[in-house]
Amino acid sequence: MNANGGDRVLEVRDLSVSFRTGRGVVRALRHVDMAVPRNKIVGIVGESGCGKSTLINSVLRLLAANAVVGDSSTVLFRGDDVLRMNDRQLRAMRGQKISMVFQDPMTALNPVISIGTQMADILYRLDMTAAGKRERAADMLAQVGIPDPMRRLDDYPHQFSGGMRQRICIAMALMMNPALLIADEPTTALDVTLEAQIIHLMKDLRARFECSMLFVSHNLGLIAELCDEVVVMYAGEVVEQGEVHDLFHRAKHPYTQMLLECDPARIEKASRALPTIQGSVPDLIDLPRGCIFGPRCPKRYEPCDASPPGTYGVNAIHSARCFQVRDA
Amino acid sequence: MAGVTASDAGTPIRRESRLSWLWQLLGDPLGAFGLFLVLVVVVSAAFADVLAPYDYKALDVKARLGAPSWDHLLGTDNLGRDTFSRILHGGQIALYVALVSIGASLMLGLILGMLAGYGPRWLDNFLMWIFDSVRSFPVIMFALAVITVVGPSLETIIFVVIATTTPGYARIARASTLATKNTEFILAERSLGAGVWRIMFSHLVPNIVQPLLILCSMDIPVVITIEAGLSFLGLGVKPPTPSWGSILNDGFGFIRNTPWLVVAGGIPLIVTTLGFTFLGEALRDVLDPKLKKDR
Amino acid sequence: MLLYTVKRLGLAILIVCLAMLMLLSAIHMVPGDPAGIALGPRATPEMREEFRALMGLDRPFFVQYFKFLANVMAGDLGVDVWSKRPVSTMIGEQLPHTIALALVGLGWAILLGIPMGCFSAVHRNSPLDKLTAILSVGCIAIPSFIVSLYALLLFAVELRWFPAIGAGEAGDLEDQFVHLVLPGLAVGLGWVGYLARFVRTSMLEVMGENHIRMARAYGLPTRRITYIYALKLAILPTVALLGVGVGSLISGAVFAEIIFARPGVGKMVVDAVNTRNYPIVMGGVLVTTMLFALSTLISDLVAAWLDPRIRQSL
Repeated sequence: MNANGGDRVLEVRDLSVSFRTGRGVVRALRHVDMAVPRNKIVGIVGESGCGKSTLINSVLRLLAANAVVGDSSTVLFRGDDVLRMNDRQLRAMRGQKISMVFQDPMTALNPVISIGTQMADILYRLDMTAAGKRERAADMLAQVGIPDPMRRLDDYPHQFSGGMRQRICIAMALMMNPALLIADEPTTALDVTLEAQIIHLMKDLRARFECSMLFVSHNLGLIAELCDEVVVMYAGEVVEQGEVHDLFHRAKHPYTQMLLECDPARIEKASRALPTIQGSVPDLIDLPRGCIFGPRCPKRYEPCDASPPGTYGVNAIHSARCFQVRDA
Repeated sequence: MAGVTASDAGTPIRRESRLSWLWQLLGDPLGAFGLFLVLVVVVSAAFADVLAPYDYKALDVKARLGAPSWDHLLGTDNLGRDTFSRILHGGQIALYVALVSIGASLMLGLILGMLAGYGPRWLDNFLMWIFDSVRSFPVIMFALAVITVVGPSLETIIFVVIATTTPGYARIARASTLATKNTEFILAERSLGAGVWRIMFSHLVPNIVQPLLILCSMDIPVVITIEAGLSFLGLGVKPPTPSWGSILNDGFGFIRNTPWLVVAGGIPLIVTTLGFTFLGEALRDVLDPKLKKDR
Repeated sequence: MLLYTVKRLGLAILIVCLAMLMLLSAIHMVPGDPAGIALGPRATPEMREEFRALMGLDRPFFVQYFKFLANVMAGDLGVDVWSKRPVSTMIGEQLPHTIALALVGLGWAILLGIPMGCFSAVHRNSPLDKLTAILSVGCIAIPSFIVSLYALLLFAVELRWFPAIGAGEAGDLEDQFVHLVLPGLAVGLGWVGYLARFVRTSMLEVMGENHIRMARAYGLPTRRITYIYALKLAILPTVALLGVGVGSLISGAVFAEIIFARPGVGKMVVDAVNTRNYPIVMGGVLVTTMLFALSTLISDLVAAWLDPRIRQSL
């Protein structure tokens, strides 16, 4: 695990989540260990369906009704286990201590409630006058770069552009000055210029608000630019994690290596076809016996088919779930 | 989850599972219950002559307005006629009106819908406008207006029902025609010289059997309600033909003294409308999973 | 938005004109002499002549049609064949009763249907949700005149909780309202079912949307999420639907007025049908069709006004 432990805002230990469906039990997350240290940005990267969303939904306990969480799983937020909180504790945590920026700003805001009301509602726990809450909301809008915020409080979401709406969502996330901010692919729905602006804004806000961040993305470039640590996920498992530069320059897991090769931004030699990873994500109902990545792995050898690999340290700040790291 | 397929207008019905929907229907408690009620109504109407203990026209003035007894299960009306026998025969009228008018609406709707979908644009617009307009009348008011003009009769009721239910079928046929008219197999068969209408009909009908079936089973209780309602107002079938509506009308006159007449007259209507509605709902869930409400 | 309103209004007027055209042409298409049919076999030739002149049947069809249209625009719906009173006055006397009945019916539907739908959506797939679903289907399926008859029998004749017949003392609002409760329920019960189902479906749809997930992620109280964040959005299509409801409530009102012996347009028209009183039937159909078109328009406008996304462009 990571060396700079102790002062961790979020610590996920042995998290397993399954979904009961008509076809069988989908084992969406299996034995996930990861942590977010104070004042750090941790990036989670992986293909769609790798369990990123299930992981963050578990942290906020926003899982669907058919989800089953493993008995030995814990999600410690500042020492308290989120998975064992009651409704009151959960509500006290959500939005107040952990807040979230969603993927699609076009659908994340309620279309029939003015943004001023939506923002003020987040402060419902505070003993503040309505005018005070509005002022606070306007102040936050100003911080994220919305011009003329006091007047725009009475506007409805459809009166803002996509980039503006994502700024509003970020402002809402920071309203309660949370200890942890979870951003679920916050720029995927935006075009490239807006993406750069939002990333810039997040870096800027991080310096000002001193909160830790869990940043989910499938864009390796963004992760490299913004994050301090990276967690690479594949088919419901953490396959590699570590300090951002170390991991990107010395990727050990074949999946991470291939992911880096597939990133269009990193392709150096001109090629007609984009490199892709052969095969497809395994069926999470009927798992392979050995390594989860085995069926698609170009470097597979005997131990891989026999049993799943454990997590082996590459160095003090970097680990991977691959027999080659153990045998290296 | 198994057996759920996308039922696009272009997807042909899966051959291998011709009857599987019936088992699914029976697996849904409400669907099975609806089917049971419908069967009860259909059988009792079909065998009314055998099942009825008395002649529905037979007057028995001595036994008029009798309370339910072993002789007269549901009592007798103001002319001493056996209510149970009248209800059994009333079912014949109700189902007759429903089948004739729905059948006619179905055929007319198919033809008009295909005309709208395949014909020139102005015809489409005109027909759609007519369909929209018909829907904008309160049905009973429309019926009352027609009855004023042509007089009350069974045929009038059937006409009113055809006029008000045809647009529903026409819309389904139109949408499906629009979706299929430029698909390749239609164009291919046309190039082989087959008649357009024949092709359209033979390709269209198998594709829209399911939605039409659902709409039929949803429309039947509405039709039966209209017939009974108008007969209740004294504007439906002429006596002595027994209709559930006229039984209610007879009972209504004596509601304070002989309430069982009204109660008995209402039961077959409730059983029939509930039966067909439950059946229709279940049919829709089974045949068209896209429309399924997540229960 | 203004254009939209004008378009809707135009459509409504068009429909009413079409209604009249259909009625007039229907009278013409009937084989035989309308006057003879209307007045019966005992009518003298003079009476028939007078009837034709009164109805304008002696003039060409399109002249009749436009004359009739012009008269309607001026608020003149003709005169009662028998009493010679202006139809517009007669309808004017009856209409408030019918509208009151329809509104009370709608009130029942809203009062019971919307909470039922919300409850079902919040407790979806619970046994109570399934029970509500069955109840809704039952409400929709059972004919309203059966509900009227059974309600009359149970609550008015047997239990005597509510008055059985009439509209109550004129001028005594409380008495009039008490007389409306039972017929209103009978008329509105079908729509209780419709609304419950409709609200449930649109609530479930909204509850699955992203912004509701976001509201939950912010730990907003569940009540506020359900009744403000979700309902405010889910209610919009329901509001638009209410206008359509008025149309079917008017149909139901015909029966309720007869069964509960209430005054109203429905009862007036049914009586007129029996006596072949064309002007009254036409006036009644015209007014109710207009009422239907108008209520659809109003509910559409209200729904649009409630939705800030559309209100903007008003």
